[in-house]
Amino acid sequence: MNLDELYQEVILDHYKRPRGAGLREPYEGESHQVNPTCGDEITLRVHVDGDKVADVSYENVGCSISKASASVMYELVNGATVEDSLARLAEFTELMNSKGQAEGDEETLEDAVAFAGVSKYPMRVKCALLGWMAFKDALVRAEAQTSGRTDA
Amino acid sequence: MEAVTKLDVEAVRADFPILKRMIGDRPIAYLDSAATSQKPVQVVEAMRRFTEHSNANISRSVHTLGAEATEAYEGARARVAAFIGAPSADEVVFTKNSTEAINLLAYAFQNAALDPHADPRFRLAPGDEIVVTEMEHHANLIPWQQLAQRTGATLKWIGITDHGRLDLESVPEVITERTKLVSFTHVANLLGTVNPTSQITARAREVGALVGLDASQSVPHIPVDVAEIGVDFIAFTGHKMLGPTGIGVLWAKADLLDAMPPFLTGGSMIKTVTMERTTFADAPAKFEAGTPPIAEAVGLAAAVDYLDSLGMENVRAHEKELAGYMLERLETVDGLTVIGPRVPIGRSATVSFTFDGVHPHDVGQVLDAEAIAVRVGHHCAKPTCDRFGVNATTRASAYVYNTHEEIDRLVEALGKVRKVFS
Repeated sequence: MNLDELYQEVILDHYKRPRGAGLREPYEGESHQVNPTCGDEITLRVHVDGDKVADVSYENVGCSISKASASVMYELVNGATVEDSLARLAEFTELMNSKGQAEGDEETLEDAVAFAGVSKYPMRVKCALLGWMAFKDALVRAEAQTSGRTDA
Repeated sequence: MEAVTKLDVEAVRADFPILKRMIGDRPIAYLDSAATSQKPVQVVEAMRRFTEHSNANISRSVHTLGAEATEAYEGARARVAAFIGAPSADEVVFTKNSTEAINLLAYAFQNAALDPHADPRFRLAPGDEIVVTEMEHHANLIPWQQLAQRTGATLKWIGITDHGRLDLESVPEVITERTKLVSFTHVANLLGTVNPTSQITARAREVGALVGLDASQSVPHIPVDVAEIGVDFIAFTGHKMLGPTGIGVLWAKADLLDAMPPFLTGGSMIKTVTMERTTFADAPAKFEAGTPPIAEAVGLAAAVDYLDSLGMENVRAHEKELAGYMLERLETVDGLTVIGPRVPIGRSATVSFTFDGVHPHDVGQVLDAEAIAVRVGHHCAKPTCDRFGVNATTRASAYVYNTHEEIDRLVEALGKVRKVFS
């Protein structure tokens, strides 16, 4: 197997220098996700302002793939509209499920296309998706809370 | 420096075709036998021969194949009983694996708690205590957690020292007059610690508690004689001892099996059945509802034959030597910390470690690229991980077919891990 394909420089760079790490206030939704097979964990918060993802903050322990993926995700969804962030989530999930057949669109996925190689390693796909699952869950919670507030 | 043992490792390796498997351009170095062992041709061949020649259901049919299958299955039981020094084959219950064997025991307690006529040794109530250790595999922890929750009994445990040994000094306080059962691991699957049993069993006897031993990591690797070891139950599994998956063993003293209510009920475990009630068969049939793993039992018997032909004392000596070599070599790797005993005394050839802040998943991935198979993660022993403040470890585990050269490859490959992540 080709290790360089899995551990691309851009992945190792995000792993060593994670962007947007740390938990911040304010936030409307928080999610805690665990990968039970390896014990990796992430706590992730989403702050929504209008139709924008105004902040994504997180704390995580895990392997290089899961930590780098959370960092890349931060860059993609922070400041994006909720709609765009969900589109990136769908795109990235599709890439991870491609079993090495897709390359990913660099225009939209940016650094996240570096994870295309990960999709060939079924044992690692969950690592790459852990942060995104937390984001999806936190966003649902944030929206539930925000809409609850408007209704009240 | 190859050790002087009576195990001819090259001859052993020739019996395991999978060891010739290439991963990339290198033959695999399989250092994950604590998860599951590889199977020699003798085991595969015995199962194939049975399936092609004698396959039938057991204990039902009068035809030739049915008789042969029954004989093969019961013969396997006798073979396993002899291997562990059980006084009677009827004390050997075949299960799916160790987990099921331990659950069978836990459910005997749980079912007894609901039956006012049950044997008092198995009747748990609030105030009673169950004792385990902090180094259990989840299989010997969660069934007892659940049992305690359901019966109101209290779960207690013996802690671990910084050196990865059981804190035996605490035994007199942890095991008390209220203790009904002590269930502990013989060889810890993450730490590699071989636990001395006598102090715990002596204290358990003193307070009248039953004693169970999770022998999943001991029966494959060291001589285990149930008469000698002085416990009431042991559980182990076929696939870690060169046998197939799908078969495990609960051994228990005959009078205890008689007193235990069944776990699973249904076909093959009955004496008589009416629409209203059922009387149960004697052990071991009472605990083997449904068609059992017949070909797997044949495979397990072949595995036991194979281990006996090597000699369990030789297996132990070979692994002691490998444990020593692995510890010595791993200690030379900068940034590597062994989690568990650091000396090859009272220790199996299963060595867990952390490495320089590199996550075990990443360690395992780079090692795989070097055709080295190790296990990474929490090894179904999360409380042990917590005890040592780690999220996960990398674990290398050796068996009868492993060599010094494979350990050298592991150590060398760890240098590559460092290169990728530095």
